[in-house]
Amino acid sequence: MIQIKDLHKSYHMGSNSLHVLKGINFNVNEGELVSIMGSSGSGKSTLLNILGMLDEADSGQYILDNVPIKNLNEKIAAKYRNEFLGFIFQSFNLINYKSALDNVSMPLYYKGVKRKERTDRAMHYLEKVGLAEWSHHLPSELSGGQKQRVAIARALASDPKVLLADEPTGALDTKTSYEVMELIQGINDEGKTILIVTHEDDIAHMTKRIVNLRDGVIIDDSTVEQVRASAHV
Amino acid sequence: MFNRERWSEILEALSANKLRTALTAFGVAWGIFVLVILLALTNGLRNGVTADFGDFATNSMFMWTQGTSKPYKGLPKGRYFNYKIDDVAAIKSQIPNLKYVSPRNQLGGFRGANNVIRGTKTGAFEIYGDYPEYINQQPMDILQGRFVSYSDINEKRKTCVIGTGVIKGLYDKDEDPIGTYIKINGVNFMVVGTFKMSNSQGNQEEEANTIYIPFTTFGQAFNRGDRVGWMAITAKDNVPITTIKQKVFDLMKSRHKVHPEDDRAIGHFDLAEEFGRINGLFSILSIVGYFVGILVLMSGIIGINNIMLIVVKERTKEIGIRRALGASPWTIKSQILQESLLLTTLSGMIGITFAAFLIWGLNTILDNAGPTENFANPSVSMQVVFTALIILIVSGLAAGFIPATRATKMKPVDALRIE
Repeated sequence: MIQIKDLHKSYHMGSNSLHVLKGINFNVNEGELVSIMGSSGSGKSTLLNILGMLDEADSGQYILDNVPIKNLNEKIAAKYRNEFLGFIFQSFNLINYKSALDNVSMPLYYKGVKRKERTDRAMHYLEKVGLAEWSHHLPSELSGGQKQRVAIARALASDPKVLLADEPTGALDTKTSYEVMELIQGINDEGKTILIVTHEDDIAHMTKRIVNLRDGVIIDDSTVEQVRASAHV
Repeated sequence: MFNRERWSEILEALSANKLRTALTAFGVAWGIFVLVILLALTNGLRNGVTADFGDFATNSMFMWTQGTSKPYKGLPKGRYFNYKIDDVAAIKSQIPNLKYVSPRNQLGGFRGANNVIRGTKTGAFEIYGDYPEYINQQPMDILQGRFVSYSDINEKRKTCVIGTGVIKGLYDKDEDPIGTYIKINGVNFMVVGTFKMSNSQGNQEEEANTIYIPFTTFGQAFNRGDRVGWMAITAKDNVPITTIKQKVFDLMKSRHKVHPEDDRAIGHFDLAEEFGRINGLFSILSIVGYFVGILVLMSGIIGINNIMLIVVKERTKEIGIRRALGASPWTIKSQILQESLLLTTLSGMIGITFAAFLIWGLNTILDNAGPTENFANPSVSMQVVFTALIILIVSGLAAGFIPATRATKMKPVDALRIE
């Protein structure tokens, strides 16, 4: 599903140049649940941003679902993001003046789906994350866990190939974190490919594979025994 | 592009900070209000002043004789002479591009004694001897009957056309003047028509107290022979009378043995020149109105530009989220442009509406107060309103352009990082 070869990325700040990614190679197959770990500054977020086409690599190859991702202009990048990717952020990033339902249906709006169908599909995903009753509430009326579940529903709405989660449990307490992870595991069980950036060990062990990053290179990439989040709840 | 979601998004964004939106909108509304009002007032002044010219064909001049100031061909200076009816024919045949040449004679007038009698009633009126063309130069409403005709001229008929003041002075109420006779300076004339000036030259009373009789009859009945008091000369529409008048003067000088350089011998009043001068003044006033109005409007537009920049700045993160969800830069840009466009046109319409109400109010007051010196019917044409709307739309787009570009310039990853 994802193939990455020799990916490099540097940031330039004035005369200083910071080499963040120093040749990353890795592949993700369809249906995998991968966590990317590393201390802060290890480049894990940068990697995720490049995978999410929010940022561009300096050099290297990135193939997503057999489509080479390179020389993107913003218009095509937006289209690919909409079609291929679903984002889950640490701070949820819901639009605060829109109801949960409107938030979830937003990717469908940008995809050009008709209003009626959009609402139906958004409602379907809200039901899936167990928030059908909250569909008309504003994000400010929801708890942190609920917000993240709305965000997950939104990420799923356009039926993307890959879900990218950047510290999805970073702003949640342990219990809620496990609930969210349970949901993510469930979605993965249905066959969705998911990448999670985290620095929490217990969260990483709820995935099927852990990729460890340090100073811009992968130091460890191993399959692990998945811990079901439901065991903790 | 214009679907329901887009509109509800725009309205949500604009109503997120109602006071700010209202204040910004006020800037533009005020600008367009000032623009429209300035133009309307200019128009009111123009209408008021040009109304003083009445309906008289503006491309005209009046020409009369004065004493000569130079001796010529054995004739002394200080000599008086008169135009003759032949002069009219000569002007018509020798000077091209003239539309009407009307010789005129007058009897009575300012502080004149009673000169018209009907039965036991008498009155002091102005009597003019005129040709039928005169009604084309001085438009008037014929209320009953007709104006002087060529049959009247040719046969020197004793007919007359009387104004409303004459009717009031000589007739009882509900009496039909047509076919009756009035005695002007002892000569009986039959009334064949009545008239009213449609647009006053400022002296309505005098105009109403006017009697027109055929020019030829005038000459015979009142001992003027073929002498012409003065002439009203109108040029063709596309040829200003100002450019032709010298030829007319030269012709008259040669026909009456006046020294070619004796400019005092021929008196004239160039209506076209006066009218052009006044019109030029008001054109300049209009330009000033546009200029000032647009400057005021511009400060409103800059306000919108500012607010949109702030809105974009405030929503940087939201824009980042939207782009992560698949919004293309153009989608974002067009939304910001539409917001700015909606805000400008809507507030502009409010400004125009208020201006329209004010103009309407002014007109009502003016109507109730009666004729006012040099001011009448302040108004703007639809053309001006459309111009204002186009200015609004263009400036709305211009105001949104910089913020819209700013909104999509940042990389989504940086936009998302902003808290």
